[in-house]
Amino acid sequence: MDLALTILIDGAIYASWLFIVALGLTLIFGVLKILNIAHGSFYAIGAYAAASIVGLFAAEKFAPAFSLVALLLAAVAVAVIVGPLLERLLLRRFYGRDEVLLVLVTYALFLILEDVSKLIWGVNPYYVTEPYGLFGDVSLGSLFYVGYDLAIVAVALICGVGVWYGLNRTVLGKIVLAVIHNDEIAASMGINIGKVYLGAFTFGVFLAALGGAFTAPMISVQPGISVGVIIVSFAVVIIGGLGSIGGAAIGALIVGVARSTAVHIWPAAELFSIYLVMAAVLIFRPEGLFQRAVARRI
Amino acid sequence: MSRNLHSTLLYSAALVALLLAGLMLPQWLLFLLTMAASHGVVGLGLIVMMRGGVVSFGQGLVFAIGGYVAGLAATRYGVTDAVVLVLLGSAAAAIAGAIAGPLLARYRSIFFAMLTLALSMVLYGILVKSSAVGGSDGFNVPRPSLLGFSINETNSDYAFFALSSVIATVLTLLVTIYCRSSRGLLSLAIRDNELRVEYLGTSVRAAMAINFIIAAALGGAGGALTVISLGHIDPNFSYWTRSGEFVFMAILAGHASAPAVFLASLLLELVRSFSNKYFPDTWQLALGLFLLLIILFLPKGVGSLWAKPERLPRQAAEKAKQAAARNATEAAE
Amino acid sequence: MTQYVLEAENLGKTFGALVAAENVSLQVAAGQRVCLIGSNGAGKTTFVNMVTGYIKPSSGSIKLDGQEITGLGPRQIAQRGVCRSFQIPQLCLELTAAENILVALTVARRGALSFWRGAYDADLCDEAIALLERFGLAGHAERPVSELPGGVRKLLDIAMALCRDPRLILLDEPTSGVSVDEKFGMMDTVLRAMDGSDLTTLFVEHDMDIVSAYANRVVAFYSGRIIADGAPAEVLVDPEVKRYVTGNAK
Repeated sequence: MDLALTILIDGAIYASWLFIVALGLTLIFGVLKILNIAHGSFYAIGAYAAASIVGLFAAEKFAPAFSLVALLLAAVAVAVIVGPLLERLLLRRFYGRDEVLLVLVTYALFLILEDVSKLIWGVNPYYVTEPYGLFGDVSLGSLFYVGYDLAIVAVALICGVGVWYGLNRTVLGKIVLAVIHNDEIAASMGINIGKVYLGAFTFGVFLAALGGAFTAPMISVQPGISVGVIIVSFAVVIIGGLGSIGGAAIGALIVGVARSTAVHIWPAAELFSIYLVMAAVLIFRPEGLFQRAVARRI
Repeated sequence: MSRNLHSTLLYSAALVALLLAGLMLPQWLLFLLTMAASHGVVGLGLIVMMRGGVVSFGQGLVFAIGGYVAGLAATRYGVTDAVVLVLLGSAAAAIAGAIAGPLLARYRSIFFAMLTLALSMVLYGILVKSSAVGGSDGFNVPRPSLLGFSINETNSDYAFFALSSVIATVLTLLVTIYCRSSRGLLSLAIRDNELRVEYLGTSVRAAMAINFIIAAALGGAGGALTVISLGHIDPNFSYWTRSGEFVFMAILAGHASAPAVFLASLLLELVRSFSNKYFPDTWQLALGLFLLLIILFLPKGVGSLWAKPERLPRQAAEKAKQAAARNATEAAE
Repeated sequence: MTQYVLEAENLGKTFGALVAAENVSLQVAAGQRVCLIGSNGAGKTTFVNMVTGYIKPSSGSIKLDGQEITGLGPRQIAQRGVCRSFQIPQLCLELTAAENILVALTVARRGALSFWRGAYDADLCDEAIALLERFGLAGHAERPVSELPGGVRKLLDIAMALCRDPRLILLDEPTSGVSVDEKFGMMDTVLRAMDGSDLTTLFVEHDMDIVSAYANRVVAFYSGRIIADGAPAEVLVDPEVKRYVTGNAK
């Protein structure tokens, strides 16, 4: 019983930051129709930026609680700087091109950002320790958890509900939904597609960086973290169905639980449990769990 | 047949020239060319798939299968001939392709890319944990013989160079013939409009599965060639960045011309080895910029610079002209 | 007893709550040229899609020359001799007009495609050019379809459907998107290309002048059902048809 609970809670913790990252990925896909490999790099840059800003705050002798503000600040900074720059200078040139070609564009971007972050932050690992102890330890029955890990679950819930509310209950959200559904018709109704693309991409970058910033205290921030994240978050959105928020949540939970099951029961399978689940889902639901079938007009 | 005969002669001449030139090249360049040829063979497979409209992001799967089977055949089962090893690696990968192909034939674009990626990463995960084949360290493969001749320290570079050049040339010729065949044209039609092809009365899925199996056989041959020349194999053969390099190569080459993939492969090897040596921290950056430039300015690949699209044979074109003239007079009446 | 080419019996199709076809029964004898009329959403294209295997009927059966074809896919149905053209032409845009026809002919004549035999086989090229000429399209043979105007694409789409020498051909709005004064010329071209033969033809059409000029039988659809079926002169004056179909058009 304890084992099952452990697996579930571990799975939920893993799923939570993954969901934040995947949410950005699925949003960018929904609006811009780009499956963004560089999303993993935004995650990594978010983590690095968090390390820098938390370090800066610590050097200025700010109270430890401010380190949480530092994490958020890092994500915002990355989004505001990286998002518009890339969208305006690069992605804009490729809109409407073949999906696979767009994947390659972002693959090129991923390669570039890998080295750029090495140039900025070097190759030695960073540890962001300050925020991790803020919430103490929490006991759930006989199990003990670091409070920070559980706080991440709350952050993920806030992100999910926030994005859902923003999309479905606000005018801006309706505009974005219209663009997701059919950007040509949206444009003909007077919506400024360019702005929506820019906004959605920047927000997607923000979510990736936020995921990176909030996981930074849980990991050692070093080159290579982007690769692992991108593959796993791809698995999440593919399992859930591209462009679906609910799908991203379910996909993250499935991946999280699959991984923690493997870790606790069959550690050797940790590495590929995620791919196995993704392959299994795709075999039975070729377009993911929550993808609507699109009828072709002939 | 005449176009194919023409290509056969041209490729043979190029091969002879290459083999002669090889006698004068330094060791490091021979090795680089060997790797470029071996990896280029995998890229050929991707080109076959791209003509049908799909790109596999998991070609490392068949690359690793070919490599591991060749390596195991050499170390465990005492197979010593290099050509036999390549055939074994290719056959094993083709069998894997025949199992996965019909399943994958339903998928397109991103889903095809992701599923192939997942399969290759599952294999990577298995290989890393399989201590029987050396886990994440892999294992060394002894130097094989070549058609009865033994290969030693002094002649090995040239022998492997010759082996990979000959095999790469033969396979390129076969792929060129395939691309010109009626099946090759069908692939292009499928990429354009598979609904119509299905309505013409032929199976799109079967065609896609066949392309996948051909690509697998080529990938396996490339893997086996690489292992033989490197003398070592490890799970990274199946890692996704490896598959990414193959995609990179295929995009760079474009699908207009099969030989172009070797140019792309050589370019990639050159960039890799030079930047590893001179600017190890920024070689991915250089690669990324390069890829972006290609996509921006040569979206159909370097092959499109010289390959002319297939058109009607001269006689048929003449008849088309006469028919057009008749149509024009009819319309005028 | 007459042997029908096509026998549809009690076909039904629902999409969720929407009834796209209900109790549709239709027998078509060899050589008939049947026109399906009805306002948008009446069920004409649904019927064509069911016969050609694009969608599977929820109920009922379809027979071709007395043989069951219900539930088969487009490929199997095409192989049995039912071919179609599309409202939006389904062509390979990057290939030339001649190549489009060549692909269709290769599939039709050489079912099992060759891995080494060249695609530009002399006999097939000749046949492709002859077919293009019959449609008045020989001048476009070497041009990529993406450069061709809409009317030419419609004709090419129909030409591709003819490559199999089908038993039954279904044309989904062959003249839609073509200007009024070109419509008759286009239908003439199509019928001449079919050699005025006994090829059994079903076509969907909205223009009643075309209907009365070219059909020898008219079937009117409304709300997923057949409301009239007979000679053009009778059906076009039928009060229900006037109310639900032609009345709307005026």
